[in-house]
Amino acid sequence: MLAALHRLPTWLRFALYASVGVLVLAIAESFESGGVGRLTADTASRAMLKWCIPILLAGLGGLFSERASIVNIGLEGMMILGTWFGAWAALEFSPWMGLVFGVLGGALGGLIHAVATVSFGVDHVISGVAINIMAPGVTTFLSSEVFGNRTQSPDVPGLGEVDVPVLAGGTFFGAETPDILGSIADQGVFFVSDLASFARGLVSGIAIFSLIALALVPLSGWFLWKTRAGLQLRSAGEYPLAGESLGVNVIRRMYLGVVVSGALAGLGGAFIAMELTGFYQNGQTGGRGFIGLAALIFGNWRPLGILAAAFLFGYPFGVSLRDLDGQSTHALLLVVSFCLAVVSLWAATARRLVDAVMALVFAVVMFAWYVQTDVAPDWLPNAMPYVIVLLVLVFAAQRLRAPAFDGQIYRRGAT
Amino acid sequence: MNNRMRSASLALAAPLASLLLAFLLSALVLVLVGSNPLVAFGDMLEYGSRLEIVIDMLNRATPLYLSGIAAAIGFRMNLFNIGVEGQYQLAMFVAAVVGGALALPGFLHLLLILVVAMIVGGLWSGLAGLLKVTRGVNEVIGTIMLNFIAIGGIIAALIGRFRDGEISTNSGTKLIAESGWMPNLNGFVEAFTRDIKGRQLSGMLVVAVLVGIAYHLTINRSRFGFDLRASGLNPMAARSGGVPPKRMVVVAMVLSGAAAGLVGMVDLVSRYHRYDNNFSPGLGFAGIAVALLGRHHPVGVAFAALLFAFMDSSSSILQVTGSASPEIVIIMQGVILLTAVITYEYVNQIRQREETKMAALATAGGAA
Repeated sequence: MLAALHRLPTWLRFALYASVGVLVLAIAESFESGGVGRLTADTASRAMLKWCIPILLAGLGGLFSERASIVNIGLEGMMILGTWFGAWAALEFSPWMGLVFGVLGGALGGLIHAVATVSFGVDHVISGVAINIMAPGVTTFLSSEVFGNRTQSPDVPGLGEVDVPVLAGGTFFGAETPDILGSIADQGVFFVSDLASFARGLVSGIAIFSLIALALVPLSGWFLWKTRAGLQLRSAGEYPLAGESLGVNVIRRMYLGVVVSGALAGLGGAFIAMELTGFYQNGQTGGRGFIGLAALIFGNWRPLGILAAAFLFGYPFGVSLRDLDGQSTHALLLVVSFCLAVVSLWAATARRLVDAVMALVFAVVMFAWYVQTDVAPDWLPNAMPYVIVLLVLVFAAQRLRAPAFDGQIYRRGAT
Repeated sequence: MNNRMRSASLALAAPLASLLLAFLLSALVLVLVGSNPLVAFGDMLEYGSRLEIVIDMLNRATPLYLSGIAAAIGFRMNLFNIGVEGQYQLAMFVAAVVGGALALPGFLHLLLILVVAMIVGGLWSGLAGLLKVTRGVNEVIGTIMLNFIAIGGIIAALIGRFRDGEISTNSGTKLIAESGWMPNLNGFVEAFTRDIKGRQLSGMLVVAVLVGIAYHLTINRSRFGFDLRASGLNPMAARSGGVPPKRMVVVAMVLSGAAAGLVGMVDLVSRYHRYDNNFSPGLGFAGIAVALLGRHHPVGVAFAALLFAFMDSSSSILQVTGSASPEIVIIMQGVILLTAVITYEYVNQIRQREETKMAALATAGGAA
């Protein structure tokens, strides 16, 4: 059965996974008192889409860098630079310039990282940590000089949102179109309506900025796997000496990878300031650069994998943000418990007993917690996304393959 | 001998060069935003050399140094404990709760608080080490996630339960009885200088010095420290030498976390005596900077901690005189760190090249 699954086209397979996910969510929320239906509501999937974008962009940033052998812990710092420069330019000029300056700010951070690691051979993590420490200092200083407030900017305009015509009732050259998914969602049929409303959230009220970010997924795949420059960049990540011996300027490819990496992280930062919060704020990245790295690892250093991981990690953020009474997070406990039980079963069939027992214990604890309470405590929505990231890494981090030369320092002429 | 002198001067030249570069760069930034760097730096130097501000500086340098040592223990084994931030906040919270609930006679109470803090910090950090060796979770991402879980999850979950009921407006834990307060060092300082008005030099300074000595002895002078450094440099070689690299990872993380647990103690046992929103955040990340700048050397880290603490405590005058934004020191610290990291590596490479040359010369001489 698994083999048959793998014969399907990738997009269909991922759509199938997503439907199963929605089914699980629909079941979980049907147990919730009052059956609020917020886990599969279009607001939830819309929030998921929005909150996954910074993680996606950070993950893609990590992809470009690590495919060129340079580990980029500095993504968080580059993202922070993106939030400030994006917010500033959006205020000063226009939202589109905000996007451009976010990219430039992040790329500047990437350039510093490239100079330190590629040219001077500084340990990748050390340089990245240094950038993470420096970036908030730079933005705090700039913020207090320019905005006259060291922690926050005035409100920043975004790029606007669109509804897809026909599917979600968007306008088509000014003409009204039907809202097909919306009307199915209103029927209240179990699972079918859930699926429709979840899908509706993905095609209505989409930030234009999100569309640009999503377009970068196939674009990155195309660049890294279908172009000569991409192949050369990946050769730097696998076996730079081999590339060098064939006349590839490996150093230049590493620079390209790291600068693009910073640019993507900066774009993610600009997205946070312009679309998620609507202003620049100190510390608003909230570790998303690191979660992007987690998405990169869980996504097995591939664009589509990173997208799936970003959805997975972005979903709890999206749900928790608007979860004022703790009901959604409470239902999420059941979902996590169920997923862990599946992991446990799967590990048991593969005869990995330690994994199976560990996952089962976590599943039982989560389930007991779910049964014992009616709503999640107020702090859980804040911690839940990070717990999920850690759990995913704990149960998935072992069967993945990083680029062979990832994290090592290459010196031209040294063997 | 000549070589040693050269090597020592190279080692000193690197931090001095980065310091100079940082001054020049931040002066440039100040000129660009229309401030006079000479006036600003002059203000800082004048203000920072007052006795009261020197006390402030030492009180700031103490947790920075402890945090730096915590990071340095990890670095010596090629581990990146980015989670000092979460470790010290969690340790401080639990120590405050335990210290507030119990009242032991005299010195024991204080000791208990410090030990609890070290245990909590060590366990939380050890968890990241355990995840690394058993599940392959990279310690950088692991410790960062544990930071968010500790601060946003555990502390947020428990603070309500241990909130001091008597003072409803205060969101802190119960005040620790005076037996759990660290004596200050004012008497010692005042023997040499004048009265210190309104300031207390924390006795944690002595603890920090002891931790520094212990760090030096274990890492540089003991069999254990040798094993630790060896498995950091080359886990495979260490393993064939009988050192289990996985266990060393967990042990190093636990030790690093134990040192991290002490970071919040200046605030807890010398200043506020309870866990509330007044404590200083960000010491964990600053500690990483201090450890890198001081090259994980016990004395080097101390100088780095003093330097950063001087900048932090003397910059508040800029707000008063208006000669520049006080935030300029955060930029200076960042630039110092980044340039130091690069110049250290550069000097390192020069040294390696010279050593190779010397070795080549020596073997060529032997052959002839």
